[in-house]
Amino acid sequence: MAQDLYQAPDYYHLDDLLTDEHKLIRDAAREWIKREVTPIIEDVAQKAEFPKQIIDGLAKIGAFGSFIPEEYGGSGLDHISYGIIMQEIERGDSGVRSTASVQSSLVMYPIWKFGSEEQKQKYLPKLATGELMGCFGLTEPNHGSNPGGMETKYKDMGDHYLLNGAKLWISNSPFADIAVVWAKNEKGRVHGLIVERGMKGFSTPETHHKWSLRTSATGELIFDNVKIPKENLLPGKSGLGAPLMCLDSARYGIAWGAIGAAMDCYDAALRYAKERTQFGKPIAAFQLQQKKLTEMITEITKAQFLTWRLGVLRDEGRATSAQISMAKRNNVEMALNIARESRQILGAMGITGDYSIMRHMMNLESVITYEGTHDIHLLITGMDITGIPAFV
Amino acid sequence: MKILVCISHVPDTTSKINFTEDNTKFDSNGVQFVINPHDEFVLTRAMWFKEKQGASITVVNVGNISTEPTLRKALAIGADDAIRVNTEATDGFYVAKQLAEVIKNGGYDLIMAGKESMDYNGGMVPGMTASILDYNFVNACIGIEIEGNKATVTRDIDGGKEILSTELPLVIGGQKGLVEDKDLRIPNMRGIMMARKKPLKVVEPVDFDPTTVITDFEKPTPKSNCKIIDADKVEELVDLLHNEAKVI
Ligand SMILES: Cc1cc2nc3c(=O)[nH]c(=O)nc-3n(C[C@H](O)[C@H](O)[C@H](O)COP(=O)(O)OP(=O)(O)OC[C@H]3O[C@@H](n4cnc5c(N)ncnc54)[C@H](O)[C@@H]3O)c2cc1C
Repeated sequence: MAQDLYQAPDYYHLDDLLTDEHKLIRDAAREWIKREVTPIIEDVAQKAEFPKQIIDGLAKIGAFGSFIPEEYGGSGLDHISYGIIMQEIERGDSGVRSTASVQSSLVMYPIWKFGSEEQKQKYLPKLATGELMGCFGLTEPNHGSNPGGMETKYKDMGDHYLLNGAKLWISNSPFADIAVVWAKNEKGRVHGLIVERGMKGFSTPETHHKWSLRTSATGELIFDNVKIPKENLLPGKSGLGAPLMCLDSARYGIAWGAIGAAMDCYDAALRYAKERTQFGKPIAAFQLQQKKLTEMITEITKAQFLTWRLGVLRDEGRATSAQISMAKRNNVEMALNIARESRQILGAMGITGDYSIMRHMMNLESVITYEGTHDIHLLITGMDITGIPAFV
Repeated sequence: MKILVCISHVPDTTSKINFTEDNTKFDSNGVQFVINPHDEFVLTRAMWFKEKQGASITVVNVGNISTEPTLRKALAIGADDAIRVNTEATDGFYVAKQLAEVIKNGGYDLIMAGKESMDYNGGMVPGMTASILDYNFVNACIGIEIEGNKATVTRDIDGGKEILSTELPLVIGGQKGLVEDKDLRIPNMRGIMMARKKPLKVVEPVDFDPTTVITDFEKPTPKSNCKIIDADKVEELVDLLHNEAKVI
């Protein structure tokens, strides 16, 4: 990739709404991305490799469980801090952000919220440093938008549980040390179980040939009569509400993250438009290009405010799932549109790996689908405002 | 060894520069501030003294409350404590007077500053501070080693290097070369959390009237576009130089 000249747009001085510590955390993450991620990311994306070498750095900037209390190895920070870290990481790459989201919101969060004290002590500090990496198994081959229909199940065998089934599209699965897996008991109730790599009958084949999130490893989780020690069941909460709480946390981070991808595309397009000359003028001098750039910064600014407000509500414990859905849906679509428009501003250069735009665009095709598709989030808001569910 | 690192808080070099109040004040609206780049090299070198020779590091800034995030960042990088002299940094001599007072009270062995700050580029503070205190002073340092009371300091000179030996207490004006870009540190989350608990002391300035007043700022005139004339059109070139540029 060409030199990273990124300058974050902040058209309405949103920075004034952040604390000095937020800005310190943000600037540290921003500098780290510039120094350690952008120089390697294009190459690993082209090769479809997960960049293991950055795990330690991610842990150091607080990308793993920043909101987890210090006693469990986290940083005990607020949700705005978590959001701005996700934003900076996704400015670099949505695949890297996915790894951080899964580790923080889908693995550490359920262990922290629903785990026993022993489970918290055993896993959280090592997950915070990246010594252990985790994944989250909810989606199945036959159950995506409708996880309640899941077929993965476990049986109580007296001194252990016996787990059978399969999960698909699982981020981090090919290298994860542990998996938080959602499965039904004999009564059909959903529970979370911690499955460790190495358990007999547990395998994690990788899903290849993705055109999207190529820096994030995706795979399956296959359970063939896996014996799970009873102490690996998450005791704190059962029912579909438990994984949905995790998804709230992850979707909230994605709402912030998507803005990062959009800001990176806009910034690259703006700089290119001022430098590229056609018909004797910089292309930024043409009204059609100005319209694109103006609409981009307007949408970014709106999303920044929406999301900052969502962060305040979440820190006050008042953000609803439906509010999070609205932000995730709005911001990811906004980012995808900006990626497409920016790509056009760069003309042919936009399709190359010299710029991050095409990579962002392809990544965002996953982001708009995972953690609840664009349609499903619309139905969540629809249900919230009308009181009528329209899922089935 | 007690080290004092002088940190100034300057606009990011990519900021758009504007002035207000009839071109007498810098307009900080929307401007991002950073640790002065020379000071960052100096602070990183000080961290090596801390890690390898057990030095303690105090960071100091002469400025109003808006500069505290910069001091907090220095604490997150690893300084032990911070002092802010609560006043506007009006001019170089004024700042040197304030720093000299902090140094007298703190008894530092080594005072490390950037050779100049990237905002007003005065380049006077370290030298003036040393002079007020009658301390040894070396400017534009690209290397420093300390053994006991002896310092060996390397300076950049035209076409080469100069190596000096001197004694503590010493003031240096430093720059890149003390450490390289790749050595600069990004605060990590642990550092940021520890910085919360480190002392940041605010002291009041000593009475002293600044000796200079800014009467006007002027921006450089924008670079004009260059015109390319075909090599075989000498007449056109002569005409443009004569009638448009009016230089011949
Ligand atoms: C790269 C990647 C990583 C992922 N990582 C994880 C992970 O770590 N863990 C995990 O558990 N899952 C993960 N997923 C899975 C993801 O959450 C699912 O893909 C998503 O929930 C959608 O499920 P599906 O793909 O089966 O689509 P489907 O549910 O089959 O949906 C297909 C289409 O039908 C629409 N649709 C479905 N139901 C309705 C309805 N009621 N009304 C209207 N339209 C509807 C959808 O909006 C969509 O457009 C990942 C996916 C990807 C692509």
